[in-house]
Amino acid sequence: MLNPEPFIIAEGLEKSYGRSNVLSNVGVKILPRKIVTIIGPNGSGKTTLLKVLLGLEPADKGTVQRRAGLRVGYVPQKLVIDPILPVTVEWFLNLSAKPGSMSLMQVADETDIAHLFHMRMQTLSGGEMQRVLIARAMLCNPELLVLDEPAQGVDVTGQAMLYDLITRISKSHEASVLMVSHDLHLVMSATDHVICLNHHICCSGHPQSVRGDPAFAALFGQHVADSLAVYSHHHDHDHNHHHDHA
Amino acid sequence: MTMPELFILKAMIAGMGIALLTGPLGCFIAWQRLAYFGDTIAHAALLGVVLAVSFDMDSSLGIIAVAVSITCAVYRLERQRKLASDTLLGIFSHGALALGLVVISLSTNITIDINGLLFGDILAVNNNDIAIIYAMAALVGSALIMSWKDLMRLTLHRDIAQIEGVRTERLRLFTLLAIAVTVAIAIKMVGILLITSLLIIPAASVRYFSRNPTQMAIFASLAGMLAVCGGLYGSLKWDTPSGASIILAALGIFVVSYVLSRVKSTITGT
Repeated sequence: MLNPEPFIIAEGLEKSYGRSNVLSNVGVKILPRKIVTIIGPNGSGKTTLLKVLLGLEPADKGTVQRRAGLRVGYVPQKLVIDPILPVTVEWFLNLSAKPGSMSLMQVADETDIAHLFHMRMQTLSGGEMQRVLIARAMLCNPELLVLDEPAQGVDVTGQAMLYDLITRISKSHEASVLMVSHDLHLVMSATDHVICLNHHICCSGHPQSVRGDPAFAALFGQHVADSLAVYSHHHDHDHNHHHDHA
Repeated sequence: MTMPELFILKAMIAGMGIALLTGPLGCFIAWQRLAYFGDTIAHAALLGVVLAVSFDMDSSLGIIAVAVSITCAVYRLERQRKLASDTLLGIFSHGALALGLVVISLSTNITIDINGLLFGDILAVNNNDIAIIYAMAALVGSALIMSWKDLMRLTLHRDIAQIEGVRTERLRLFTLLAIAVTVAIAIKMVGILLITSLLIIPAASVRYFSRNPTQMAIFASLAGMLAVCGGLYGSLKWDTPSGASIILAALGIFVVSYVLSRVKSTITGT
């Protein structure tokens, strides 16, 4: 497995809505067992890029190649269910549960949602809803888990737990993760590859190298880049600590 | 059997067949906010009748033909995203209605019972209609059952459904066609102006008593059947217009179920 076949290769993507250019000359490669995070300001084309990569929207130009038969689990930015639709969590999850794939109870256990099974979807909190959506995405046993702003509408402590869950579940199922976020601080530590997007790719690479990139500071401001350095330092320290005991 | 009783029996048989479809499709109208689409198809029915009479066709088939054509046109134009879909529906809805009215006035040799068409007329239900209703109920009903799970996935979230392998575009077209056909076959019974409510009111009535969407669709059909029976009974007893009586019966069911749901939630404290 020295040269694993990429899950998705996209090159030269162009997309515009009317006159506004949303994506210009964007290229992305998603490898197995990697966590890739797309960051960028609001309206920078992050969600559009995700949809083009997944084939939900066509690109105006460029190519997207997905490995044949790639199993994708998708967690949308939000799921709004009309109050007139009576849907419990269990019923919602059973729409995706297939015989032979991962068992519902196992996934519910990992995402800690078993106690929500009989609740109506409309009554869930932001964090609970995200965990249910992640569970549903995991039910099709994905090789690639795609999340669009997973921590939106989740409180601050919940956000850290959510990213922790995403990292944990992707590792235990050996799935790649492709996510969109603007929560720089929380995302950076767990990511293998960062793509900074502002209609075009400003910079990309390992979080360490991206952080020092002048383009990154230009996009998010020097103080953000500096504060990330502090965060990363803490994290590295923690990380080494674990290794000493191992 | 006396003549009025025979007509009521025919209307009852027709009404049961219609309620089989209005239950689940009324739910889809409520879930996917397609009420205006239902109205558009209803308004276009006049044009369907006019064309059918002009070409010496069965009027139900004329209504279905126009309903299907308009659905395909709306579906295609909607995908181009040049106009918002309610704008598009407004154009088709009233455009078709106006065209129907003008064609009627121009053709001196056709007589159409506009009153019956607008408000429904059980006397207009003939054996042919009953055959068409049950053929459509069997066709649309079995397609609904076969693709039920995928339809639910589409209703909940289009993108998730598509990624999970659901053929969302096809199912969207199917949903619209099924609603169009249901509206078309029910028009003779309750009329152009009232038909959408026959789809919406039963679905809304059973919402609070349904634990999942499948149950809601079945309950909505049963509520629709109850409304048809109650409405026809009232219509016969007090000599009131059949279509309006059926809708009033549905409204009665809605009010009772609403009060019950309030009482229930007060007791359980939710």
